[in-house]
Amino acid sequence: MEKPLDAARAGDRRALSKLLSAVENGVESRESLGIPYNSGEGKVIGITGAPGVGKSCLVDQLLRVYSSAGLRIAVLAVDPSSPLTGGALLGDRVRMQSADDDPNVFVRSLATRNQPGGLPVRLGLMAEVLVTSGFDLVLVETVGSGQSEVRIVSVADRVLLVEGPASGDSVQAEKAGVLDLADAIVVNKSDLDGAERVAADLRSALEITGNPPPVVLASARNGDGIEELADLLLKLPIRSDSSMARWRERLLTAWDAALLSHPDLDDVLAALESGMFDADQWVKEKLEGSN
Amino acid sequence: MAMRIVIAKPGLDGHDRGAKVVARALRDAGHEVIYTGLRRTPEQIVRTVLDEDADLLGLSSLSGAHAFLFPKICELLREAGADEVVVFGGGIIPVDDRDQLYGSGMRAIFGPGTTMAEMGDFCTAVEARRAAGEPSGVGQGGDWKWSGE
Repeated sequence: MEKPLDAARAGDRRALSKLLSAVENGVESRESLGIPYNSGEGKVIGITGAPGVGKSCLVDQLLRVYSSAGLRIAVLAVDPSSPLTGGALLGDRVRMQSADDDPNVFVRSLATRNQPGGLPVRLGLMAEVLVTSGFDLVLVETVGSGQSEVRIVSVADRVLLVEGPASGDSVQAEKAGVLDLADAIVVNKSDLDGAERVAADLRSALEITGNPPPVVLASARNGDGIEELADLLLKLPIRSDSSMARWRERLLTAWDAALLSHPDLDDVLAALESGMFDADQWVKEKLEGSN
Repeated sequence: MAMRIVIAKPGLDGHDRGAKVVARALRDAGHEVIYTGLRRTPEQIVRTVLDEDADLLGLSSLSGAHAFLFPKICELLREAGADEVVVFGGGIIPVDDRDQLYGSGMRAIFGPGTTMAEMGDFCTAVEARRAAGEPSGVGQGGDWKWSGE
């Protein structure tokens, strides 16, 4: 039988789709697929920002530009799982019209499955499967995120931060967090009042860093600035000053994945709940025990 | 165990309240629900099911076009080799139309008055059948259909 990865590479969408599920559910691994580490080839772009700033609509517009330029693009769109039931409503496709028609486009919706950092632990490998399958670009759209959610840098080679015209006063632009790790920032909804001011605040706040990321304006609604944004994303250099932070997030992701897939996890949780031992104590013992 | 369920609105039908309520109910039952949005063609819906690797597809129609659209979607799924996908429907579906829809491969039709709990029970029954290797998919044949068991 043909290997799923070979079939996916040959353009079999269903094989690719099944393969992504197998990776997401842990049935296939990096080792079983024979995908080397860091197979993203710089083609994975993270798109993050607060809920409602227009990430999905921007992605839809970017898909149109890239597809008409002949690129094959995949999207991994993440929405949150309920911490109570584990269920999720994945609604990003609603805003991505090309997801359902365009042969150059492949969109997969993912639930966070309550992984720490708001990203599914196997997201990185899924992105690498897509690159290995021949996509020119993989866009990873995060859940609507806050100021300190930077886990996206562990899977994306470059990160686009999306802001809106109502992103607060100039002090917000001075705050640390995801702003420090963004490789580019777009202020969406440039057709609305306030977008210019938010962009100006961001530029002046980031200027001080010495190596500021570009801040651009765009409107997913009327298409202003989209071509320029699409072009910018393809040309963005990978920033070296955030390299350590990237590796820190990668280490944390690997650590979380190992912990959450540990066969004793349920027993440990039950023991913690019953007060048999303390979480700090258990981690300390595990760390020392592995030396 | 959570399943992946696409909830779709085929055709020129702008009534999405029911679809959204069902999506929400299935979410609360612990499933991962992908909502397509309004006015999708059968081809677009099938592509969504395939690309999202969904286990179930729920179709909502209140416009009267179900007798054409639902069987068309079932047929396209089988053509694509997605025999294992379980298709169910809801909305305003006259009782007289239902046998034809079951005959096209659908496994449940939910009308007005269906409780959210029943939707969850249907999914649980599907899961059990799949686990037992009993036919439930659109191309798997057999005469099983949901009757509120």
